[in-house]
Amino acid sequence: MNLRAKKVEIVVHGIFLILGLITVCAVILISFYLLIAGIPAIKKIGLIPFLLGKQWSSTEMNPQYGILPFILTSIYGTTGALVIGAPIGFLTAVYLAKVASDPIKKIMNSAVGLLAGIPSVVYGLVGMIVLVPTIRVGFHQSDGANLLAAIIVLSVMVLPSIIKVSINALEAVPKEYEEGSLALGATPMETYFKVSIPCAKSGIAASIVLGVGRAIGEAMAVIMVSGNVPNMPSLFTSVRFLTTAVSSEMSYATAGSLHQQALFSIALVLFFFILFINALLNICLKQKKAR
Amino acid sequence: MIGQISKKRKMYICFMNIIMIVSVGVTCALVLFLISYVLIKGIPNITWNFIATKPSYLTGNIGILPDILNTITIIITTLFFALHLGVGAAIYLNEYAQNKKIVAMIEYASETLSGIPSIIYGLVGMLFFCQFLNMKTSLLAGAMTLVIMNLPTIMRTAQESLKTVPQSYREGAFGLGAGKWRVIHTVVLPECIDGIVTGCMLSIGRILGESAALLFTAGFAHTLHGFFTGLTSSGATLTVALYVYAKEQGEFEVAFAIAAILMILTLIINLLANWISYRLKRRIAE
Amino acid sequence: MKKLISLLVVMILISVSIIGCAKNEKIVSTDGSTSMEKVIGSLGESFESEHQGVSFTYNPTGSGTGITAVSEGRCDIGLSSRNLKSEEISKGLVETVIAYDGIAVIVNPKNPIENLDLETIAKIFKGEIINWKEIGGYDSEIVLIGREANSGTRDGFESITKTVNECQYRQELTATGDVITTVANNPNAIGYASVASIKDSVKAITVNGVVANEESIKDGTYQIQRPFVLVTKADVKLSQTAQEFYDFCLSEQGKAIIRKAGAVPAD
Repeated sequence: MNLRAKKVEIVVHGIFLILGLITVCAVILISFYLLIAGIPAIKKIGLIPFLLGKQWSSTEMNPQYGILPFILTSIYGTTGALVIGAPIGFLTAVYLAKVASDPIKKIMNSAVGLLAGIPSVVYGLVGMIVLVPTIRVGFHQSDGANLLAAIIVLSVMVLPSIIKVSINALEAVPKEYEEGSLALGATPMETYFKVSIPCAKSGIAASIVLGVGRAIGEAMAVIMVSGNVPNMPSLFTSVRFLTTAVSSEMSYATAGSLHQQALFSIALVLFFFILFINALLNICLKQKKAR
Repeated sequence: MIGQISKKRKMYICFMNIIMIVSVGVTCALVLFLISYVLIKGIPNITWNFIATKPSYLTGNIGILPDILNTITIIITTLFFALHLGVGAAIYLNEYAQNKKIVAMIEYASETLSGIPSIIYGLVGMLFFCQFLNMKTSLLAGAMTLVIMNLPTIMRTAQESLKTVPQSYREGAFGLGAGKWRVIHTVVLPECIDGIVTGCMLSIGRILGESAALLFTAGFAHTLHGFFTGLTSSGATLTVALYVYAKEQGEFEVAFAIAAILMILTLIINLLANWISYRLKRRIAE
Repeated sequence: MKKLISLLVVMILISVSIIGCAKNEKIVSTDGSTSMEKVIGSLGESFESEHQGVSFTYNPTGSGTGITAVSEGRCDIGLSSRNLKSEEISKGLVETVIAYDGIAVIVNPKNPIENLDLETIAKIFKGEIINWKEIGGYDSEIVLIGREANSGTRDGFESITKTVNECQYRQELTATGDVITTVANNPNAIGYASVASIKDSVKAITVNGVVANEESIKDGTYQIQRPFVLVTKADVKLSQTAQEFYDFCLSEQGKAIIRKAGAVPAD
């Protein structure tokens, strides 16, 4: 190889190294900007009053910036969505991975893929038109835009990720385990629930954590059905999530004001939630690998 | 066999069977309901005039041509950047990287990126691209934000298909005296084109569905522009337009029509992606 | 090599597009009130069609944001659906009223209520009257639909009914259309929205027995009303195109367009 070719190789290597590091830079950039933008307000308001304050009234003469309602709403909403969505998704996954015949499996797989691909605003739109009036009439409430509506929409939205990842985990269970169980006289159904599932438990856990991530980060579908008032959460009150708090006020917060900085702080809190969930996900996946 | 097992076990099996079937039924019903509801409500409202004109306050006309063009502009721009960056990163990971720590770091970073919610991308995009780089609220700023969002997807799919290229191809080319870079772009890259296309499809799906990240970066104007003037001005994509028409203006016929269009596009993209990955799998099997 | 060249192209594209973001003289940019959408959109569209090569942009963000945007120089003309506050005027901003708009109090068409006086409306929104039967309607809870805190409509409504920051909203929505949809879908709801944007899906009730129309808004007998304002900076001269647009809004032709869009042009 001549000298010129060697030089080209080194340059090309360097360029690819830079390209490879761009993802790392992006993560650093995002964390950096969120920290820079989010910390000043927390400093001014104080961490405890900010996180545990029950009142959010950003535009009054004496503004209050307490985000406990948002944090609790996000937690309740996500938990609720998983309580409904996780069992359905998980059982569907067991059926598809173990029981279903091949054509059914193929059709359902593309159906689940489609469910994952539907834009979140479409979920919001259908929720707004169908779900909100149904809840108002069905539960004899004066208004249907509330936490329950958000939970139902979210529980549909977490289904695809739970189903997909759980199927992968269940299909990775070694055939010998199941055959052994069958040979010992267990019925197929007992085998699936008492052998396959415990075997795939870390993968299933990962699917649920993934669902948590999707539910807690969802903004647009939720803003369309939840009523958007910063109340403390309960099933039939209109509520605001961490994500919707940011998106509903960001467009009109004055640039550089404490109000806008506080919104960035909310995003920072959300980011910490996501980092925590990511770490949890990694633990689940590592366990799977270790086994 | 069945005759020998106890009543309790029979009950257990029966119960499990029932809840499983119910769950599958619920999932199926949801998918069917969503698709049919949106299509039935939306398709009657799609007319040629609706697709091919721009909205006007004076005549009260509603048309989504600008939104369609904005969507195309954003998809092209995002893919142009994301492909180069993402495939480049995949090549580095698969062909060049020797340092395990750097590889682990890059992979961890890309996992983190794929877990970050789009609203946070929107905020950081607004701070970095719109304000710091002074792009204002523009399609370009929106596209740049989406580039970062889609990097992990493209990187992962490209990396997976790079792995399927047999080592012998590379060795053969090296044996003929080609340099590494030459081997990559003449032998390796052409072999994994369908993996890259799958990544593109997935990204297009994600760009089509994105709204939260675009609200603050690309804005929501419905004005008609050319490609390059369009990049520097603000504009709504179809999904953002759907949000604006449904939530802010209460024009539900329009919203459902857009939703139906998006649904059909999602369907097409899913089918295409499935078909390509099926071909990819067949090739691996060979 | 191909990769290198395309990388170069990427770099050039980035820099070109950043440079491309620099000021274009033939643009009129406006930013602000969502209630003014119909009025300002119509004005902008006819202005564009009369002046070749001029592009008009409108960012529907809310009055507060529009005022901030013009004072920070992010747009040519700010749009506000309330009068400027004294501290905003002291920052060197100038207001020009182009039109007046009534704020209609709207209920669901199924609601039998036809008329309320200002005090009752205030009591309803403050949460002192919580059931429709207290004022002669059906026996059901009143659902208060309001706007977000930055809204000029909310500001106008609350200051005229003297309920500033006391309203017990059930939902705080971010746009005029959203309020109308919500009220149209809920028989128990009451809300407020710009008269110019009212649709047939909701019923505007009379206030103190007065219907909101051009005459009653003009002579002030319909009390819940507010101005549509163009906000500019006193010490900064508008660009030629922006000045032309400003004059266009105040011209006879502009008035006709404003009237057609449902608002009452100022004299």
